[in-house]
Amino acid sequence: MTMDYMMFPLSEYAVTIRFSTKVDEAVNDYVHRVAVFLEQQKKDGIFDIVPTFSSVTVYYDPLVVGNYEEMCEWLRTELERVEQVEAPPSRTVVIPVCYGGEFGPDLEEVARFHGMTEEEVIAIHAQGRYRVYMIGFSPGFAYLGGLSPKIATPRRATPRTRVPAGSVGIAGSQTGVYPLATPGGWQIIGRTPLALFRPEHDEPSLLRAGDIVQFRPITEDEYRMWSDQHD
Amino acid sequence: MIEIIHSGFFTTVQDQGRVGYRKAGVPAGGAMDSLASRLANLLVGNDENEAVLEMTMNGPTLRFATDAVIAICGGEFFCTLNERPVSMWRPLTVRRGDVLAIGACQKGYRGYIAFAGGLDLPLVMNSRSTYVQAAIGGLHGKPLQKGDILSLRSRAMAVPNIPIRWGIAFSARNYIDGKKKVIRAAAGPEYSTFTAESRAQFFSLAYEVTPQSDRMGYRLQGQVLRRKDNTEMISEAVAFGTVQVPAFGQPIVLMADCQTTGGYPRIAQVIAADLPILAQARPGDLIQFQKVSWQEAQRLYVERERQLKRWKIIIQQKWREMGYAH
Repeated sequence: MTMDYMMFPLSEYAVTIRFSTKVDEAVNDYVHRVAVFLEQQKKDGIFDIVPTFSSVTVYYDPLVVGNYEEMCEWLRTELERVEQVEAPPSRTVVIPVCYGGEFGPDLEEVARFHGMTEEEVIAIHAQGRYRVYMIGFSPGFAYLGGLSPKIATPRRATPRTRVPAGSVGIAGSQTGVYPLATPGGWQIIGRTPLALFRPEHDEPSLLRAGDIVQFRPITEDEYRMWSDQHD
Repeated sequence: MIEIIHSGFFTTVQDQGRVGYRKAGVPAGGAMDSLASRLANLLVGNDENEAVLEMTMNGPTLRFATDAVIAICGGEFFCTLNERPVSMWRPLTVRRGDVLAIGACQKGYRGYIAFAGGLDLPLVMNSRSTYVQAAIGGLHGKPLQKGDILSLRSRAMAVPNIPIRWGIAFSARNYIDGKKKVIRAAAGPEYSTFTAESRAQFFSLAYEVTPQSDRMGYRLQGQVLRRKDNTEMISEAVAFGTVQVPAFGQPIVLMADCQTTGGYPRIAQVIAADLPILAQARPGDLIQFQKVSWQEAQRLYVERERQLKRWKIIIQQKWREMGYAH
């Protein structure tokens, strides 16, 4: 399968290949396939490849690769060959979450909003399989798709000035994990002891675009044991 | 060793940024004014990508416990060595015990101090740039504070005994000055989604740099920009120089520490060659965008890189004439 695309310059040293203007699983699969394929070519002068929902942006050194036209020409040739390689296998990453209590101060509010018990919200959230559409916004932040509409909840009217790292939240039809302590308006329903952003690691983001994420409920004691091991 | 006696307003360690980690959501970061920071490094015989100190508005005071060769480039700061004025844009010899005091910025906004041999700091994701939001890079991921100690890496050059009388010509540094700055930009990916009126206004009216401007982005204030319709766009990659327009209609120029992706319509992309001019704009300054084609932007990019190569050759020649080889 090849997919139609358009290319345009983002800067003098970056070109975006756009496959669609919509969020679509099949397009996103193709985006990851293209990003991985282009990376495997290890072309001199290409220094960053960023997959997003439905596009791939390639950052290059024009003094090594050549001008925009030459970059596009190379990309067009490579895009013809994408289907010759198998799609990369997708990883499943399980993220332990301690829901509610001090770690999930908005769980009660989310349950009340939907007329459910807290346990029902947790069960629905932990049953989901979430696709990592892309990494962006902040280091290690994953845009996850697949939240059940049953627990989709508007953002808090008043954002918090500080949301701790590892907080798991809901904002509209999105769910996600805060990799860093930042201000934020998401409904915080739990916290993971896992570090989503590990600057000292070869692969600093725990999650990769294309991964499948599952959340596994853990108790407060389990959370503290994880934290003791990893802090 | 170099002791920070006074930190200045906002002084961070920066090199030319992180590459290869955008897919992990890690901003490129690096010096806001890549021209001044690269020239400062070249003046002291460093690789252009070596880590330097980036100072903002008010500079730091440093006490040297070692001999060193340094260069200060960028915005016009009042600089003294042992209370005697010293020039910017040229190599300076510093002796053990000397105190370098950098005062207020008179013109421009940011300055750079390069140290021959470079700063002895660990690489984080292949860069020494400080990224304050994630507390990584530089010295403990933070702006410099009073009492901090910096060390130079061992291969520092022997310090010349004769005064150095050469430096960067005025023509290469006259981009610093001026309250109204002409910034060239090419059409952004969503340019055509703005109304004809807004497209014309963006490239003809001046926009003021507001105080809500920092290393992540400059929030500008001026004529409200409108789109033909308000179709939401989905997040895509952005870069240093991307001009985004959120729904309220005032442009934001993304700067060195900008996030890797964004979901606001992009009306323009500031050309890389003019980012140093923008980096030297301070709150209250006016920005006049001028439209150029992508071909012109690319030509100017290559021209800038060639210019820097020429500077490098000239500076190496000057050092050789003084008996130093790099």
